[in-house]
Amino acid sequence: MFSEDMFSLMGTGLLESLYMTVLSTAMAYFFGLPIGILLVVTDKDGIRPNPAVNRIVGSIVNLLRSVPFIILLVAVMPITRFIAGTTIGSTATIVPLVIGAAPFVARLVESSVKEVDRGVIEASLSMGASTLEVILKVMIPEAKPSLIVGAAIATTTILSYSAMSGFVGGGGLGTIAINYGYYRSRTDIMLVMVAILILIVQVFQEIGNVIARKCDKRIR
Amino acid sequence: MFYIKDFFIPLFQHAERESMMTQTPIIQLKNLNKTFGTGQDAVVALDDINLSIYPGEIFGIIGLSGAGKSTLVRCMNLLERPTAGNVIFDGTDITNLSDRELRSIRRSIGMIFQSFNLLMQRTALENICFPLEIAGVPKKEAKKRARELLATVGLAEKEKAYPSQLSGGQKQRVAIARALATNPKVILCDEATSALDPTTTQSILALLKELNQKLGVTIIIITHEMKVIEQICNRVAIIDKSHIEEIGAVEDVFRHPKTLAAKKLIFPNGDFSEELTGKGKLLRLVFDGNTDRPIIANMVLKCGAPVSIVFANTKKIDEKIFGHMIIQLPDNEEKVKQILAYLDMEQITYEEESKDVQ
Repeated sequence: MFSEDMFSLMGTGLLESLYMTVLSTAMAYFFGLPIGILLVVTDKDGIRPNPAVNRIVGSIVNLLRSVPFIILLVAVMPITRFIAGTTIGSTATIVPLVIGAAPFVARLVESSVKEVDRGVIEASLSMGASTLEVILKVMIPEAKPSLIVGAAIATTTILSYSAMSGFVGGGGLGTIAINYGYYRSRTDIMLVMVAILILIVQVFQEIGNVIARKCDKRIR
Repeated sequence: MFYIKDFFIPLFQHAERESMMTQTPIIQLKNLNKTFGTGQDAVVALDDINLSIYPGEIFGIIGLSGAGKSTLVRCMNLLERPTAGNVIFDGTDITNLSDRELRSIRRSIGMIFQSFNLLMQRTALENICFPLEIAGVPKKEAKKRARELLATVGLAEKEKAYPSQLSGGQKQRVAIARALATNPKVILCDEATSALDPTTTQSILALLKELNQKLGVTIIIITHEMKVIEQICNRVAIIDKSHIEEIGAVEDVFRHPKTLAAKKLIFPNGDFSEELTGKGKLLRLVFDGNTDRPIIANMVLKCGAPVSIVFANTKKIDEKIFGHMIIQLPDNEEKVKQILAYLDMEQITYEEESKDVQ
């Protein structure tokens, strides 16, 4: 079986992966959530229609979404170096992860918020709610269950992105899988890495589903 | 003796109505136009609408779907911006207000909807607190007021229930309480009972009427159902093809509908386009429970003349027939005389119905 060192390596890898995933997801939402809402609000059927803003922001999101992550990872290296001071290691990897995931998150948020019944938004406008109040008190709370399911999807996608960064020394489970499982042909390590990744995805997804179900007051 | 107007609850006394007319309107629409789209795709939804609604009224706006009534009601609180014309609320022209001013005006105009539009992730109580939160009322005070309102609409025990746990009627009651939260002067009802069963519709209408009498809140009702108008409205406007065809006291419009649009709504099954070009006179028969015999059938047999039933609304109560009916007589003086004689003999009240259509 594995040596003591191998275990501690895997433990570190797991922590690094979780660190990258959680922090990147949080930051991707920091940028993606407002962008997603902006897309809904400025839509031609939105509460503040603005075709110009909508088209420009939509195009940027599409542009970033159409670059495969492994390419984006390498392409944004100058930015990564500028922000993190290096391109290697888990902290540096957060930069491309956020750039890659934020547009994805924006689309997820957009589709969740669009599910909110138009009539409910109209009702709140009729009561004198401002645009900001509609966003904060109606759109987000009403879309919450859907947003949480979306967050689980985003988290698992970001985890798989982070594993991909193993190819360029991104740290975490992905790097172990590449360095040991692939370059040194250690199939056993590869399998363990895959198993751990599967497990994490399951756990994140399940947590998301449970929270979403718990907080949704529509189905009883 | 029986009078046609007894069919339609005589909602308003004449003196009352006259004093109302001398007041300033709570909502006044002036030369309102609304066009959707531009150029070739332009669709006119409202065309030169002029309307005054007075404080304390229950005002009905009735029209078939697509007539523009929903757009009209949305123009009253500017959820829909009119293309031209003015909306005057309580003496203020709200079409030129800033966003902030408009939002504060909207707090004086409550609105309820066909699909209730409650926040699904909030309890009944929290839903009613929502407009108060927006108005900046402190939380504690808002909750107190929301509880009072829930009691007003008869749902005191449902404060912790989520909309998904409430029936349609209960949801609409919560929506009404929510609309009342900021003490509005007007409540707009957009097909508020159209998604409800007849019994629930009755109780919601009764509640609206009670609120109108207790709080003096003006109620504007948009509907496609004549029954709703009959039951609670004082005045009614009939909207058809983007125009207001007729405005008047409900009983007047019902007794003497002047326009084709009004007749179509009041006698929904009458085919006026054809019937009215026929030569025979139209006769309105009133059944006031003094007969249990099949009058029309006997009349046809006895006089040997066919009549066509243009409209009928009769009920059998205790084996007696109540209601009214409009029949078209044959174009034959002799037969008409016979028919009238027969009706006199049977003591059926009748009056000739005018065929004038615009």
